[in-house]
Amino acid sequence: MSTDEKAAHIRRLLDTEGDSVQENTRVFNQGRYAAVEDLEDYEGLKDRARDIKEDAISRLPELIDELTETVEENGGHVYLASDAADANRYISEVAEKENAETLVKSKSMTSEEIDVNEALEAAGVEVYETDLGEFVLQVADESPSHIVGPAIHKSRREIADLFNSEFEPDEPLETAEELTMFAREYLGERVKEADIGMTGANFLVAENGTLLLVTSEGNARKSAVAPDTHIAVSGVEKILPNFEDLQPFIELIARSGTGQDLTSYLTLLTPPVSTPTLDFESDEPLSEADGDREFHLVLIDNGRMAMREDSELKETLYCIRCGACANVCANFQHVGGHAFGGETYSGGIATGWEAGVHGQESAEEFNDLCTGCSRCVNQCPVKIDIPWINEVVRDRINRGETSSEFDFLVEGLTPDAEPGGVSLQKRFFGNFGTVAKLGSATAPVSNWFAELPPSRWAMEKVLRIDSRRELPTFADETLQEWFLVREGLAPADADREVVLYPDTYTNYISPERGKAAVRTLEALDVRVVLPDLPESGRAPLSQGMLSTARQQAHETYAGLAEQLDASRDVIVVEPSDLAMFRGEYEKFLPEASFDRLSDASYEVLEYVYGLVANDSEKTDVLSGGPGRVAYHSHCQQRTMGLGEYTEALLEELGYDVLTSTVECCGMAGSFGYKSQYYELSMDVGYELEDEFERAGERDRTVLASGTSCTDQLDSLLERKPRHPVELIAPDTE
Amino acid sequence: MPTVDTFEDALDGLAVETTRLAPETFEETIAEVVTVPAVGTSLPVESVSLEDTAVLTDPSPAEIDTAITGVTGATLGIAEYGSVILPSTPAGDEAVSLFCDHHVVVIDGDDIVPDMPTAVGTMATTLADDRESAVIATGPSATADMGALVRGAHGPKTVHALVIES
Ligand code: SF4
Repeated sequence: MSTDEKAAHIRRLLDTEGDSVQENTRVFNQGRYAAVEDLEDYEGLKDRARDIKEDAISRLPELIDELTETVEENGGHVYLASDAADANRYISEVAEKENAETLVKSKSMTSEEIDVNEALEAAGVEVYETDLGEFVLQVADESPSHIVGPAIHKSRREIADLFNSEFEPDEPLETAEELTMFAREYLGERVKEADIGMTGANFLVAENGTLLLVTSEGNARKSAVAPDTHIAVSGVEKILPNFEDLQPFIELIARSGTGQDLTSYLTLLTPPVSTPTLDFESDEPLSEADGDREFHLVLIDNGRMAMREDSELKETLYCIRCGACANVCANFQHVGGHAFGGETYSGGIATGWEAGVHGQESAEEFNDLCTGCSRCVNQCPVKIDIPWINEVVRDRINRGETSSEFDFLVEGLTPDAEPGGVSLQKRFFGNFGTVAKLGSATAPVSNWFAELPPSRWAMEKVLRIDSRRELPTFADETLQEWFLVREGLAPADADREVVLYPDTYTNYISPERGKAAVRTLEALDVRVVLPDLPESGRAPLSQGMLSTARQQAHETYAGLAEQLDASRDVIVVEPSDLAMFRGEYEKFLPEASFDRLSDASYEVLEYVYGLVANDSEKTDVLSGGPGRVAYHSHCQQRTMGLGEYTEALLEELGYDVLTSTVECCGMAGSFGYKSQYYELSMDVGYELEDEFERAGERDRTVLASGTSCTDQLDSLLERKPRHPVELIAPDTE
Repeated sequence: MPTVDTFEDALDGLAVETTRLAPETFEETIAEVVTVPAVGTSLPVESVSLEDTAVLTDPSPAEIDTAITGVTGATLGIAEYGSVILPSTPAGDEAVSLFCDHHVVVIDGDDIVPDMPTAVGTMATTLADDRESAVIATGPSATADMGALVRGAHGPKTVHALVIES
């Protein structure tokens, strides 16, 4: 898809499906927050779930054998299908052997993945989706837009119109109750006459052959037990060793997905089941009914065993498909899985699944919609580093792109470590540190030049930077230049020493927040050093330029090692850089280096909070309230659990704080600058605007911790946002 | 009995009515909570039986199809969630508990365990070791796929729990 086509596609979905998706994902999301709060040991459960999955995937071949043996012992058949075609061939053969005319199917993403409906229909079998959401889609001839709620992009009104025109009921259907009862009756009949029932499986237990189905409607139970033949399709990754291993997942899956404590039915089937088959026309008592049942378990590889060998994609196999990463994602909330998804899977983890089972091209379509904000990381019940998988696949996509005719030019100009093929747009943002350095060195000329219509035109045409987005202005004097001049002002007998990390934005674009940080720390008797340090690697990382990011990580650590040797703490102003030090650097640096740097790094207000928490008199030197502020914490800062420090500190200083509750500002670095995503970025941002522009809140001073958030708030509000440290810094020079 | 109280509270939150009763009053209670035609299966609670009630045991599939109420027993209850474990049996527990609009579930108060880890542990040594099937049912079937929460998607629309206390 070209940039323009992508922009148009996103715009169309924002208009048509956005509202419904947003409403539904919000309900799931709020439900999740409430439901995990009831859990006594949420983190402990997640850790156990993660451990079980790690162990199971590491022993997968052995577990496949064990499960095959147990299911066969129980009297069922197991087929290990290498890919979709293989699975479909086997399933069609079973259908043929059973002379099946109709098949009822409960919701299963794995069956979507192999497009089994098409295969069965080609074999002359009529397939009925019995999950009500899937049924709606089958009638509408659409694909799922969410892995848990496949039809959440449709409103009740749309479903009613669809049913009324398709089925022409005597009385037009209107309410959710009427629609549900209609579908219940209609599908109930299909279940009764079906020759085969097909289900997926949420988990499979190797030791005894139990499969767990997590549902609320009861259709999976009906599909599995009413017909005398049951086919279950499942990816091989869903096998757990023991029955007890189910417990953490039982308690986590519904909570993570839809925010319920448990779904209505957790079906533990150990097929072939002993319950009699049901011929609803029969007057014979159940005790005399036929108990003969056929069970086929189709275990699907379809790329999974290769994912297991792939050190980066492997984590995807831990995924239990709860959909939490989609529900919490601001971009997903606005466009849903028809933009943020591939052939089958949607949401944050979809990149991993699609790259693994359908290939990189399928992931490429939507991979950039993950901005790496990390809001999903703490929500994932198996603790998958979802943004990292997105970055890795982005990097692979970059490398797979064919080189453009401009590559020789860009390669000569940019100092990155990437091979040809990375798009110019990505390269520009990935090398933003260099751009900022140049821009600042030549400011104000560069600012004037950048804003000239021909420049904006070129940026729009070549780099696809949206001309509606205001560009950052480079400072004439960088933070470091300012600091050099005033270095002598540092407190003579300081309590401690820190190094302030001069990130690109603070140094070249918003030195005020760096200056405020220096003044604040010094007023609290901390001596600050501000050396020349390389970029953290955040900018290239978010473009999927992993080698460049890795190189910068090494350089930054090398630059900081001497500071760490001198026992200086590292103070970071930009939360996304701190997130690198405490997060992604683990992937780039040797363990000891990572531990050393991450243990010594602090977000500026987290640090200030620590300094004054032990000594309340110290707050006197800071600029305190009263005052009313509206604060938006940066997404990565929230993931790291740091937003609270700023809030607490501001309150301690006498400010009345309104903290935003929306998931995101919509900006996340370069995302909002790109033509294809500008409108989505703004759409997400309008919610933050609504929160801060509500009647009675408009007088508040707007504060934001991250630069991207500041940029976005700046374009959304009349009031100019500032970093919190600028508010509390003492009025010294 | 605090566990039963917790169980009852949890069921209340799921819009499931609970009646606690002594075995002696079982038959009259059944008469009150069942709408005929009703079908049922033999109960795993020794002190009570459906024999002298209006509930038809060992029904045919056609009778299940026309019945309004299905009565089955639970082998285990989970107090914190208000869940009941419904076994899948040759007597047709699965069908009777699933295909009727109203499900009456009978459970012995002594079979209610406090939490999920205990329940899974118990099931591992009963159900799993014997390679049987069961469903952990929590409230009536439900869906939100049609734009609002509706109870009674494919399974029962209402559930009534009878806790036998001796
Ligand atoms: S990655 Fe995690 S949060 Fe996302 S669907 Fe999978 S298990 Fe759920």
